[in-house]
Amino acid sequence: MTIEQVQNSRHALELRDIEKKFKKGRKGYANALNSVSLTLGRGEVVGVLGPNGSGKSTLIRVISTLTLPDAGEVEVFGIDAVRHPKEVQRYMNRVSVEASFFKKLSSMENLIFGAKLYGVSDRESKPRIREILEGIGFDYKRVNEPMEHLSRGMQQKIALARALLTSPLLMLLDEPTTGLDPRSKKDVQNLIERIRADHESSILLCTHDMSEAEELCDRIGILLSGKLIALDTAEGLKRQFRTSDQLPTLEEVFMVATGTSLEEAEFAGEDDTLPEDEAKAA
Amino acid sequence: MHSLSAPLSKPGWMRELIAIWGYAQRNYYLTKRYFMWEVVWLVYSTMNALTIGFIGVGLGGSPEATARTTTFLLIGTMVWSYLSMIFDLLSETVSWERWEGTIEYTFMSPASRTTQLVGMGIYAIVYGMARVIVMLVAISFFFDLSLGSANYLGAAGILAICSISLVGFGMVAAVMPLLSPEKGQQVTSIVTAVLLLISGIYYSVEVLPGWMQPLANISPVYYALNGIRNTLLEGASFGSQWDNIWPLLIMGLIFPPLGLWLFQRGEHFAKRTGRLKRAG
Repeated sequence: MTIEQVQNSRHALELRDIEKKFKKGRKGYANALNSVSLTLGRGEVVGVLGPNGSGKSTLIRVISTLTLPDAGEVEVFGIDAVRHPKEVQRYMNRVSVEASFFKKLSSMENLIFGAKLYGVSDRESKPRIREILEGIGFDYKRVNEPMEHLSRGMQQKIALARALLTSPLLMLLDEPTTGLDPRSKKDVQNLIERIRADHESSILLCTHDMSEAEELCDRIGILLSGKLIALDTAEGLKRQFRTSDQLPTLEEVFMVATGTSLEEAEFAGEDDTLPEDEAKAA
Repeated sequence: MHSLSAPLSKPGWMRELIAIWGYAQRNYYLTKRYFMWEVVWLVYSTMNALTIGFIGVGLGGSPEATARTTTFLLIGTMVWSYLSMIFDLLSETVSWERWEGTIEYTFMSPASRTTQLVGMGIYAIVYGMARVIVMLVAISFFFDLSLGSANYLGAAGILAICSISLVGFGMVAAVMPLLSPEKGQQVTSIVTAVLLLISGIYYSVEVLPGWMQPLANISPVYYALNGIRNTLLEGASFGSQWDNIWPLLIMGLIFPPLGLWLFQRGEHFAKRTGRLKRAG
């Protein structure tokens, strides 16, 4: 597959009937993903809403080649991601709920290392690091401070900057604003909007924040117990699940679609031990 | 349309070379950031080497015999310090990333596992050498060593060949934490301890019980120590150590590809069972 073919592919991502089970206890299995199908167009932002334990992180892991599906097909820019993981890894990057950095290293050191894993040399990365960090309002004087001295909001911005350094065509965002204070949350959301506008990346955003999904996403899916039970624009979902003359809020849509509130679903999800860190991440 | 930046248009081999440098450089950054701990470990290792050297002095005998015993012990200490460092750095590749929480980021990057392990191996060799040189300078102030006829080049050659075997051996051990996050790390620690016991670091393997002695034959450290002791203590030529060199060459040829193959199988298993995630 050439770069031109990748650039010209119609979809950034296509999932067809993805199944994933994890062993639970001695004999049992838990369904993490149950026949999930999804298409993400070029430059599109699709959100996946779901409570803890619904399979959001497993979905992101399957796409990012960190977990192998039991069945189904994952295509990234037309390339089979299960059979050719190295081919697709070049074109995507991921930001997860926990900013995964070497905490003793500085932002600069972490960013230089992250860039090199994608074949970006010092000469290319250093000027871009400055440009990106200044662009996201990071105080460049702090670039040599250990990551552990930075707030979680700052760390999450650095995580987005690290992804941007590798010019990903597909961004996988796994609850990037969970646990952030309102100001940091807004900053990160603004940054995601800018990434979309300036870099024309396709974005899959997993979140359990209704307003975030509505604000940032072209289409929104609802994932419950590993099953994608709805996928449409926010307006489309509201029309689909309206119960009165008035259009419901996205929260009401979630309740009608799942038969439960997000809080109740999260409570139930926390008891579901499938991918352990999904509950931990909350 | 998205403008593709330089990395996407670079040839694969160039991206892998940049990533190898990235791993080595990252480890250098970590050494720098944990500098005080590095100093503590270096002081501890040097004190340990001195303690073992003084055991040789304490055994008594003629000055020549004492110098020979002390040199024998210190060669074992230094070589073990260097080789166990390589083994530990390689075998802890996965555990370390898990502990730092970076394992998923590393494993979803396009840099290959070979690249990762080569980068780790190169840093381990350079770092191990630097440590041993500092230790050697420190202990040279304390002991009269029996190195009058030493063949340093021959010893360095044997050590270099053994380093490759140990990198491969470390790769084999690195797979354990992929299979089982906690137990895997415990197993690699046991492997280090067994290598220490059977390789003749501080004694000739002939003093081991008869059933235990054949185990030394599977340890690259055993052959390296035999060869290095012969070249340093007896001034033996590199060529005369063929009996110690050929097993190291075979292990150097077998262990790295075997380690990589096992690592890839382990990675596949971890991805299938959902074990590629942070812990600790």
